[in-house]
Amino acid sequence: MNRSSRAVQPKAVSLPTIFLVFLKVGAFTFGGGYAMLPIIEREVCARRKWVSEEHFFDLLVVAQSLPGAIALNSSIQIGMRLRGIAGGILAALGVIIPSVAVILALAAYFLPLFRDNVYLKAIFYGLRPAVVALIGAAVVNLGRSVFRHWSDIALAGALLAAALLLKIHPVIILLGGGLSGLILFRRRCA
Amino acid sequence: MFSQICSLYGSFLKIGLFTIGGGYAMIPLMEREIITGHGWLTAPQFLDIIAVAEVTPGPLAINAATFIGYRLAGVAGALAATLGVVTPSLVTLLLLGGFLSRAILDPRAERFLRGLRPALIALISAAVVTLSRAALIDLTTVLIAAGIFITAVAWRRLNPLYLVAAGALLGLLAYPY
Repeated sequence: MNRSSRAVQPKAVSLPTIFLVFLKVGAFTFGGGYAMLPIIEREVCARRKWVSEEHFFDLLVVAQSLPGAIALNSSIQIGMRLRGIAGGILAALGVIIPSVAVILALAAYFLPLFRDNVYLKAIFYGLRPAVVALIGAAVVNLGRSVFRHWSDIALAGALLAAALLLKIHPVIILLGGGLSGLILFRRRCA
Repeated sequence: MFSQICSLYGSFLKIGLFTIGGGYAMIPLMEREIITGHGWLTAPQFLDIIAVAEVTPGPLAINAATFIGYRLAGVAGALAATLGVVTPSLVTLLLLGGFLSRAILDPRAERFLRGLRPALIALISAAVVTLSRAALIDLTTVLIAAGIFITAVAWRRLNPLYLVAAGALLGLLAYPY
């Protein structure tokens, strides 16, 4: 079976290669974590055969279920699979460094140059509704995959009311949702 | 200064710890910590930072953390906030990786996550409501938001980069100069 491919590759990949591959992924993928996943997949599954498609899917599930950025969580797992803890750390650094460098350069050197520029004001006037629309669309697209039963919708509705009307802290809402899941879905999840 | 660096690290550690599902999942927590909680930024400033984080390379959570940290406390603040937001990933995966990858498959963890996802949707919806007040200030901005929302829902695999660019272009064209 294909599962045996788990044991084939590891030793062959050097630490600098891991770092450089994830540096490239970090530097050239725009549009946030979800936009990065297909690029990571192409790089580590199709091009370099570091992990099988099936194993990539398994580590995505873990990346989405644990705290932190999805692209970062996936990269750390791939790095660790190749070269243990050192591989995980280098994969993480590769993904993080371009982000930090680009943002620092923008924030420190470029944006201050245009601070009172009317065109920059006009751009942000259009960017703000665009960002709100994207976050709204994320809600709809998430809902399409998450809402499988009326009880999911009821739970979301109740928690939305709690968040908006009672101003309950997001962490409490998240834990409340998780605990309700433990109790509510006891019978349906086999 | 040192205490601000520490509280930045603490805030972003909290944000990283409860960002489950990536990217947009951290928006409600950031809003609570940064706008309502500490009063570090206003809602329009926060939206501007998210927009820049969206068009620069890399994960949204890391870009936003670096930018907000820099705004509040310079380079040291940027590093503290970034370190805070990535600490939970590093600790859980590097130290507990094998254990957690197996624990995730436990039926109890599955049920907990099944309840967590509707909670996440509720929180992001609530953030959309609050942030709308800062972004939708006239008919033009409402129309820009509506157009981009419909495109993003109808064409869900489209890279958000293009939609952010569309927002910038529409802003340039429609701004009441």
